[in-house]
Amino acid sequence: MTRYIAKRLLGALVVMWAVATLVFIMLRAVPGDPLEAMLFDSGAGPETIAVLRAKYGLDDPLYIQYGKYFVNVVQGDLGSSIYGSRVPVTQIITESLPRTLSLAGLSFIVALVIAIPAGLISAIKRHSWYDHGFTFFAFLGLSMPDFWVGILLIIVFAANLQWLPAIGYQPLSEGFWPWFKHLILPSIAVGTAFSAIVARMIRSSMLEVLKMDYMNVARSKGLLEPRLVMVHAFPNALIPVVTVMGIAFALLMAGAVVVENVFAIKGLGRVLIQGILNRDYPVVQGAILVVSAIFVLTNLVVDVLYAVIDPRIRFE
Amino acid sequence: MSSNAETLDATVLPPRGETTRARWWRYLKRDKKALGGLIVLVVLVVTALFADYIAPYDPNAMDYDMIGEPSLAHPLGTDDLGRDLLSRLIHGTQVSLFVGLSTVAIALVAGVLMGVAAGYFGGWIDHIIMRYIDLQWAFPNFIIAVYLVAVFGTGLSNVIVAVSLAFLDDFARIARGMVLSIKEEQYVAAARVVGCSNWRIMWRHILPNATAPLIVQATVSVSYAILAEASLSFLGLGVEADTPTWGLILADARSFISRAWWLGVYPGVAIMITVLAINFLGDTLRDILDVREAKDVGH
Repeated sequence: MTRYIAKRLLGALVVMWAVATLVFIMLRAVPGDPLEAMLFDSGAGPETIAVLRAKYGLDDPLYIQYGKYFVNVVQGDLGSSIYGSRVPVTQIITESLPRTLSLAGLSFIVALVIAIPAGLISAIKRHSWYDHGFTFFAFLGLSMPDFWVGILLIIVFAANLQWLPAIGYQPLSEGFWPWFKHLILPSIAVGTAFSAIVARMIRSSMLEVLKMDYMNVARSKGLLEPRLVMVHAFPNALIPVVTVMGIAFALLMAGAVVVENVFAIKGLGRVLIQGILNRDYPVVQGAILVVSAIFVLTNLVVDVLYAVIDPRIRFE
Repeated sequence: MSSNAETLDATVLPPRGETTRARWWRYLKRDKKALGGLIVLVVLVVTALFADYIAPYDPNAMDYDMIGEPSLAHPLGTDDLGRDLLSRLIHGTQVSLFVGLSTVAIALVAGVLMGVAAGYFGGWIDHIIMRYIDLQWAFPNFIIAVYLVAVFGTGLSNVIVAVSLAFLDDFARIARGMVLSIKEEQYVAAARVVGCSNWRIMWRHILPNATAPLIVQATVSVSYAILAEASLSFLGLGVEADTPTWGLILADARSFISRAWWLGVYPGVAIMITVLAINFLGDTLRDILDVREAKDVGH
């Protein structure tokens, strides 16, 4: 097991290195450099630009720039924003990361709370009106853009009913309710598509399991349906679900990136998008690295989790 | 979902000597939801093609009736600049369908080329291509698209390039997998024995047998590409600001949704109907072609 994890960890590091390198190369391969973008409106002459270029090491050969960048990244220095007070990128990210993780985590819970009962009931009561209705809603959930679900929720629960705040974020340190109150609508917006996917997975994998011989054995022993389903079928039905969890959690993070912008939550996604719109390269570079690291870590955790649940995977 | 395949397969035996086209039509007629999806798509394509004639107003024509509620003159209301929402949505069909179809077409061709080359030649070609595909596979398509827009910049053509590249890995993977399994078939060996070139073997003998999963993946991808474009436009990373697209209309609506619900509701309905129609169709295609592995998550 340790060897397996070590191997996977190494793989994850390689992916991170590849992402860092690709981002570095691509941001420099496109025409225009950060300084030109930064000084675009300032009316700075060519001499000023040359001086600044030397100051930031932008006239060094590429491999030296890459070496410096790499050493800095490894030491956790992601540079600083090219705007205003030149806030360090690391600081921007440390502030925004908890918001995105809160949102993604809560969406995950919201989605599972919807998906598990929905998937279980529609597998047990297959072809019932419930099953058909759920199937339709699952299709609907997969077809609605998450940011639009967010807008609809704002229209209903914030603008009209005024039950919940439309925008903003409160850290958990301010208390559970203020935190939860600001995140509940965004979490539903992010979690809808996710819950549809997970519920579909649970339904089909439950149907597979319910057909198994050991289910007949359990039934012939006279076990009651609830015990049959919860103890014998459900845990086995979870195995294939865990594999999509990785992809689906990634989807959730991607959703958070968009939905943060609907609810004006200054999380990683908003930092990334604002960075792109402002052509703030250090911020974009840093945000991409951290977002990527989250995906890579998630994949890693899911793979390990999968190996724990199903020991056959491990030694391949 | 899976229930369709079972009921369809169990209840109807195909008539003898049925042509492929007849078989498809028979499935479509039985499956109301796919038929509905197809009809909606035809309507959307017609709307996109003839938007100038169908739209009651010029999509950018302003009126003094600003943030007007839906009325007889403006069935879906007007926006903050007094522009007719219905006309803007009708014109938005063009961008959505164009981006959805063109990106998937590019991703399909480029991805299949890469996948077939990797699977057929193997060795270092396979190695290099697959390392790249694996790297991209670690991230959701939408995130890849955002990264690429970050590098290339915004605008319609950049969005098309970014979304195409973001969806490429799905096709490359399927194509490679199919080639690897078909490569060992006897008829490929036979073709090689009679002296067919690599190129001919790939395109005449291998690819036609790999179309089913590619068709299903392409269909699913169109809906995700449309969602990706809408999301990018919504974030301000998409098309230029005055182009009416569904995502951008929603982005503009954000400041007004507390007093103008129609601005926040209808553009989303347009996106949902389009994506739903494609998903319904894709689901039936999956059953007809009996494909199980098309990637279902990751817009």
